[in-house]
Amino acid sequence: MAEKKLRQIAIYGKGGIGKSTTTQNTVAGLASLGKRVLIIGCDPKADSTRLILHAKAQDTVMDKVRELGTVEDLELEDVCKRGYGDVMCVESGGPEPGVGCAGRGVITAINFLEEEGAYTPDLDYVFYDVLGDVVCGGFAMPIRENKAQEIYIVVSGEMMAMYAANNICKGIVKYAASGSVRLAGLICNSRNTDREADLIEALAARLGTQMIHFVPRDNQVQRAELRRMTVIEYSPDHKQAGEYRQLAQKISDNEMFVVPTPLEMEDLEDLLMEFGIMEAEDESIVGVAESA
Amino acid sequence: MAERKPIKGITTEKTEKLIAETLAAMPEKAAKKRAPHLGANEPTSSTCAVKSNKKVVPGVMSQRGCAYAGAKGVVWGPIRDMIHVSHGPVGCGVYSWGTRRNLMQGIPGVTSFPMDFTSDFQERDIVYGGDLKLEKLLKEADELFPLNKGMSILSECPVGLIGDDINAVAKKMENELDKLVVPCNCEGFRGVSQSLGHHISNDSIRDHIIGKFKFKEEAGPYDVALIGDYNIGGDVWAAKPILEEIGLNVKSVWTGDGEVEKIGATHSVKLNLIHCYRSMNYMCKVMEEKWNIPWLEYNFFGPTKIEESLRAIGELFDDKIRKNVEKVIKKYKPVMKEVTDEYKPRLEGKTAMLFVGGLRPRHTIGAYEDLGIQITGAGYEFAHQDDYDRTAPEMAKGTLIYDDVSEFELEKFVEELKPDLVGSGIKEKYVFQKAGIPFRQMHSWDYSGPYHGYEGFKIFARDIDMAINSPTWDLVKSPF
Repeated sequence: MAEKKLRQIAIYGKGGIGKSTTTQNTVAGLASLGKRVLIIGCDPKADSTRLILHAKAQDTVMDKVRELGTVEDLELEDVCKRGYGDVMCVESGGPEPGVGCAGRGVITAINFLEEEGAYTPDLDYVFYDVLGDVVCGGFAMPIRENKAQEIYIVVSGEMMAMYAANNICKGIVKYAASGSVRLAGLICNSRNTDREADLIEALAARLGTQMIHFVPRDNQVQRAELRRMTVIEYSPDHKQAGEYRQLAQKISDNEMFVVPTPLEMEDLEDLLMEFGIMEAEDESIVGVAESA
Repeated sequence: MAERKPIKGITTEKTEKLIAETLAAMPEKAAKKRAPHLGANEPTSSTCAVKSNKKVVPGVMSQRGCAYAGAKGVVWGPIRDMIHVSHGPVGCGVYSWGTRRNLMQGIPGVTSFPMDFTSDFQERDIVYGGDLKLEKLLKEADELFPLNKGMSILSECPVGLIGDDINAVAKKMENELDKLVVPCNCEGFRGVSQSLGHHISNDSIRDHIIGKFKFKEEAGPYDVALIGDYNIGGDVWAAKPILEEIGLNVKSVWTGDGEVEKIGATHSVKLNLIHCYRSMNYMCKVMEEKWNIPWLEYNFFGPTKIEESLRAIGELFDDKIRKNVEKVIKKYKPVMKEVTDEYKPRLEGKTAMLFVGGLRPRHTIGAYEDLGIQITGAGYEFAHQDDYDRTAPEMAKGTLIYDDVSEFELEKFVEELKPDLVGSGIKEKYVFQKAGIPFRQMHSWDYSGPYHGYEGFKIFARDIDMAINSPTWDLVKSPF
């Protein structure tokens, strides 16, 4: 048997777009294909593994560090939990909004996992589920120093989601120059906007990548979530479970890894206008008050 | 003041040529940036030749410190009855612990606190913030050392990066402990040098200390404060008695061997006497604006400057003080003559180059000249324009002025000007001594001191003679 090559994948996207849900369902799909996966939640909210573990909140790396005093006293077993389909789960954790440094929490957690040997040789995939707004260097940790080589961006046909995707591509370009990180595709998590699939296809083409899958909107996902489960585990025969398995298979087969070509602001806006999402700006009314 | 006599072998043209040669070794961009910081002195010009207080050119070896160093090491550290907390990882606290040799009286742990207090940040404190740890530290420190008169919180870099609110903690703990708790946002990355740390600390004193206390004794017409003497090697203990001898009442000292309640009552003195202008002029100006307290710069290095200064101080008081000034000058004249009689014959005609913080190069020139030594080059780590303006008239025409000089530049200048002594910091000391050039560490008086006042001059003269005329130099041969 050929030696397995560990694929490290990071999922980025605008906050609230459904990264954690998509990640966990996709990972469950990979697990159902017989793959061994580790999920690392890189978000102080620590909600990246609940559907796999059926847990409300997992003990996070930083919680344990706070409890024990130093990283050095922490054991891998304290923070690494096994869930559905033998998926291993870790949450970096971090402070509440407004105090301390959540970015450093991500760095600390990932360094700890590497040093303690969390990336075991039997693993096929490591998934990093990253906080929506990459506000500082800490949240870029998964794509720095050649950790994640593949980036998938979760996006929808909404304007702000596409802005965010384009900005994330700019970040990838920056790190791609010095390492092996590449954009592997856009995952469209549908919001039922007009011509959504076409628009994301067009955006993907402009960015030099692909829309790897169009995940339709289905309330079955929410029904599963209420039970803290993935669709794949809750209702493996439901058609939505089939969608995630398809996405998992596509990721497994994917070989299209590119340095993206982010759009200039005007080009992005042109694209949005082309699809009728944004109206042409009338410069003559900018900054003019109603009474004027 | 009479202009300095020209120094043999030093001309503006030669100095400018030396600067040009030195700059030629640098990349174009660096040379362009450094050029305005180097110049030949023009004593009569109203503004000094060089540019100052700018960011260090990347890639050169600079001697500068950081804002935290300026706050902890210079302004706060010497206040003896306060607990000074270095808030952040342990290194900053340890390496600023007692290194400036600002001596203090008192019983350690009881009435003085020359210890290192630090919150010793770990990863978890960065990630979750250090506010709670700081609260706990302040409580524990106050419990262990109940006789402290207050606490200062000195931010290290990470505190500013993660946005910890030390001001809120200080306010809360001030109420809870019923003690003065002063926050000082002196993160090291702020500003271009330690100079900003002095300014931030002055602002903290303005906002949290001054005006909050009263002197126990009645106010008198001769009440003064001694500002900007940090008691390096005991300087305050050599300077204060002179002021007392001329009849002044030194009510507080900022901040050498300082007591915080007296510092906080300084708004009721009649005159502020400032030695280190660079680090404390801010508060003198605040007290002048708010309480109409005049301030006067003085210089207690060497008998010539001491006499000048005492007479200038006397001018601001009545005949009684002026008479005392003359009495004191007369009393110490023979003592000082004894010193110069002994050392001057061995030092006459020697030259020295200086590179120190923000005051001493210009302030010590007189003391060197009292010993017959001429200064061929001078510069500061973190001085501003007003410091250089004050330097120009103290130096001879054509002498070399260098701001934030790099190791490369200073070595080159020394190689060329061949002074008999270099006076600078610990980072330069061994470079020049290994090159066979006598050196004195002029930040902490090279484990000696005091150098202020009449007492200090005796020691200064001895040390300089010892450095320059040590027979050691005949025995070492530099391989370079």
